[in-house]
Amino acid sequence: MADETAPVAPPPPPPFVGPLEDRDRIFTNVHGFQDWGIDAAIMRGDWDNTRALLALGQDAIIDIMKASNLRGRGGAGFPTGMKWSFMPKESKDGRPSFLVINADESEPGSCKDREIIRHDPHKLIEGALVAGFAMRARAAYIYIRGEFIYEAKVLFAAVEQAYAKGFIGKNACGSGYDFDVFVHRGAGAYICGEETAQIESLEGKKGQPRLKPPFPAGAGLYGCPTTVNNVESIAVSPTILRRGAAWFNRFGREGNRGTKLFQISGHVNKPCVVEESMSIPFRELIDRHCGGIRGGWDNLLAVIPGGSSVPLVPAREIMDAPMDFDGLKALGSGLGTAAVIVMDKSTDIVRAISRLSYFYKHESCGQCTPCREGTGWMWRVMERLRTGDADLSEIDMLHQVTKQVEGHTICALGDAAAWPIQGLIKHFRPEIERRINERGAPVMEAAE
Amino acid sequence: MPKVKVDGVELDVPAGATVLQACELAGKEIPRFCYHERLSIAGNCRMCLVEVKPGPPKPQASCALPAAEGQEIRTDSEMVKKAREGVMEFLLINHPLDCPICDQGGECDLQDQSVAYGRGASRYDENKRAVTEKNMGPIVKTVMTRCIQCTRCVRFAEEVAGVPEIGAIYRGENMQITTYLEHAAKSELSGNVVDLCPVGALTAKPYAFEARPWELKKTHAIDVMDAVGTNIRLDSRGRQVLRAVPRINDDVNEEWASDKTRHNVDGLVRKRLDKPYVRRDGKLVPATWAEAFAAIAAVQHGGSVAAIAGDLLDCETMFAGKALVEKLGGTMLEGRQTGLAYDVSSLSSVVFNTPLADLETADVILLVGTNLRWEAPLVNTRLRKAIKKGAKVFGIGPEFDLTYKVEWLGNDASLLGKLPDAVIEAFGKAARPAMIVGGGVLAKDGAHGDTLALVETLGLIKDGWNGYNVLHFAAARMGGLMLGYATAGGIKAVAAVKPKLLFALGADEVDYAAFSDSFKVYVGHHGDKGAHAADVILPGASYAEKAGTYVNLEGRVQRGEKAVFAPGDAREDWSILRALSEVMGATLPFDNFEQLRAEMIKAVPALGVEGLADYGWSIPSLPTGATGELASPIKDFYLTNAVCRASPTMQQCSAELVHGVEFAEAAE
Repeated sequence: MADETAPVAPPPPPPFVGPLEDRDRIFTNVHGFQDWGIDAAIMRGDWDNTRALLALGQDAIIDIMKASNLRGRGGAGFPTGMKWSFMPKESKDGRPSFLVINADESEPGSCKDREIIRHDPHKLIEGALVAGFAMRARAAYIYIRGEFIYEAKVLFAAVEQAYAKGFIGKNACGSGYDFDVFVHRGAGAYICGEETAQIESLEGKKGQPRLKPPFPAGAGLYGCPTTVNNVESIAVSPTILRRGAAWFNRFGREGNRGTKLFQISGHVNKPCVVEESMSIPFRELIDRHCGGIRGGWDNLLAVIPGGSSVPLVPAREIMDAPMDFDGLKALGSGLGTAAVIVMDKSTDIVRAISRLSYFYKHESCGQCTPCREGTGWMWRVMERLRTGDADLSEIDMLHQVTKQVEGHTICALGDAAAWPIQGLIKHFRPEIERRINERGAPVMEAAE
Repeated sequence: MPKVKVDGVELDVPAGATVLQACELAGKEIPRFCYHERLSIAGNCRMCLVEVKPGPPKPQASCALPAAEGQEIRTDSEMVKKAREGVMEFLLINHPLDCPICDQGGECDLQDQSVAYGRGASRYDENKRAVTEKNMGPIVKTVMTRCIQCTRCVRFAEEVAGVPEIGAIYRGENMQITTYLEHAAKSELSGNVVDLCPVGALTAKPYAFEARPWELKKTHAIDVMDAVGTNIRLDSRGRQVLRAVPRINDDVNEEWASDKTRHNVDGLVRKRLDKPYVRRDGKLVPATWAEAFAAIAAVQHGGSVAAIAGDLLDCETMFAGKALVEKLGGTMLEGRQTGLAYDVSSLSSVVFNTPLADLETADVILLVGTNLRWEAPLVNTRLRKAIKKGAKVFGIGPEFDLTYKVEWLGNDASLLGKLPDAVIEAFGKAARPAMIVGGGVLAKDGAHGDTLALVETLGLIKDGWNGYNVLHFAAARMGGLMLGYATAGGIKAVAAVKPKLLFALGADEVDYAAFSDSFKVYVGHHGDKGAHAADVILPGASYAEKAGTYVNLEGRVQRGEKAVFAPGDAREDWSILRALSEVMGATLPFDNFEQLRAEMIKAVPALGVEGLADYGWSIPSLPTGATGELASPIKDFYLTNAVCRASPTMQQCSAELVHGVEFAEAAE
């Protein structure tokens, strides 16, 4: 007989899903209540004995990042530590390695990188050094969106401050490691946020995604091994190293650990950018930080939970959903960059999605056929669906066209253009059909 | 050798092959627009999508995906069929579908593939995009609304032609292919983009609205515009050659042809000699063949007979001319019209010894007195390939933009005797060193000897490798030299003996003032310099109007066929010489072309074997110590011979691209 008194492992505690306490926040100045400059940043704990972080050694840093289960914050959610580990441990042919930091934040709804660079640029620069050191990079290139004029000014100044203090440059932080940080301003193309297009653009070429393979970790910027990371992924890394992987793992559900900057816009009472625990339920996120939905929860129509490129989720499904990668994937959408676009019942939902279609048509680089031709077609059909000037069969045709684009392109812009429309057709087909059936009835337009 | 499965059939593919190549090896046709064997992979048309396992559950672009061990590739699944239909539909929604008025119609990839892989009907209900035309120079006509943005032309211009002047501007569906600031693409290879363009966006301007491909008779021929011996196909209708396009020959021209090769053909119907002329009272007047022959037969030459061969001649004509001269008791034959008099005792010292295809593998190259881009554009493309692989190029002579980086050492022949240490050192380390000696050297006393002396110094001869290359630019040159069209002392020596009777066989570059005392018989096809100076003109056939054997600069014997008949009373040159010989009482021993060719092969057996002729290798001892500047012999790429001087297209190219004349265009 087995010993029935053997201790049974206690059930794992339920995951911590918020609310986040102030002491657990990484971005302590994300709202800009304090100065962004280096002295204030040091007061907040940045650049605190960074040399000791580097002294952990490259492999240890990558191991900690892996153990922290940080998933890339740029939208795809690829484990950051694993991405870093793809970089070559030594250069066999003399090629240097590079870190490229993607600050080309152009996704409609996303505005977290802007806040980080505006108010906490030293988190990013310190992260650049730590991450660059871990992947044995010679330099980091921060590719900042062209429209971010004030942010670029701040970043240029912050980099200069860090150089002046000896935190980066030759013998960075006294570690004996030479590391440069360059800031490069983009020219305002959304596609340059795609990693290989960004590399092309950095090289001075037309921003068009490259074919993969070869992947950037093998041949990226100037043909050298390169890792492209999002601003937030890099900026959180020094704090993770300081406070440990276990601390980071306390937040969020299995596979979706950590804290995250949520950017809530649209029809909430107080739109904001706020750092919260991963997996926080949607309702709590909105009620605690945004003052609730405009007109109450019954007035909620739909939410685009991860920036314009993920499908929308109707109100009844999103209300109590956990805001993390897997939770939103289960709803047929995605966390993306956690740019939550809230739409209440005053929204012309077809027009909203049509406007997104216009955005993708405008930002398609034109390199590959399905996206170049498909985005324009989809937008034109969407515009007709908006006014009802279409045939019922065109809804299915449009859906087929989105399927012809999705998965057939070089980069993910084709998918991003297709998904919002697929989400619309999936959840709001009756609305589209109503417009077609009532064709000729006047359509209310908001004054712009 | 990865093992892959294509549609259930297992096969081995070479390492480094792509999935597309694997499918082709398996005999599966993969539709494609942007992919081209000789250009880099763009992967942007998405037409070549196939299903590959293992991999993501979506179709993959086979042109860009490396074939890997254990892949299961499907080209016939529902997913693939749907993907192709989808891409084809996208390509067609903004394509004007103006096939009835499109020059590409009948040889259009988009047409063919939409039949094979497209949907039956369009679902696109919106307005189509229109794109303004672009200026791409005198050769390329653009209808950019038809463009499907495959970027083959962009990649060709950058990678092969070396003029990165074609590119894409704007983005998304507004993306347009254009030239830099809409200036003409200044390349002598621009016509190739017409062949590369899979749709009718880029078509040949001179050939616009001339013919449909199915109306054309296609004849395999050899180009005579330079000494490369480009393999071409002459497309003719009735008695007129309408276009020349390259044939694939990896040993010679790969898949390319220069603009001159492509577009000299409109010169074949202009300024033609279509009846015999005889000079009476100082004026050339039309005559019958009998009168012309009688006038020649009346010349009391007493064995003082010479022949000068032009640059465009086939070997058979030169052999017939040589036979006639010898039968009449003469000995003097010359083909180097402009006065070159280099030593030809060893043909190996005046030939391009490195096979063109091998030139791509050269690692250090010295150019001496040559503008490769104009003297042999397709040798230049080979060199570009070598440079892409890391070769280093030094140059002596006037500086030209050869589309790649050349370390110019200066324009002084005396440098040949005292090369800088850096050059000696680079050649010392080279495994496959090459020197290319242009016409500028052959024209300079002692320079030929200087370059031959460097063969030893620079170690140009290695096991299985001969890096000493003389670059000729006359299609007839090597054949002429093999047939003995070279007199010691060159054409000056011929003029010095004042031959009583001079046969000018298509010789249009000669200074005829030196032959003022000779009775000059011009046998040729264009009313050019030779005809102006002649006492009797016998109208002959151009390269398109006769079969013939040609030897290119590397000594490659090639044969072309006859595409059309010569105009008017003009006859094939050999038959003129044969008929004349009878009138002059020196009947030549052949009655038809086959007999002539057999005689020629009997005399020079190497001309009977298609392929590289073997000249052995020996270095004659020649004077050295040249000094002074070297000059490239070609002053205007587009006007190097009688045919292109008669061609309005070549005249326009010359004016626009060489002399920079702006052409006024009528407002449309």
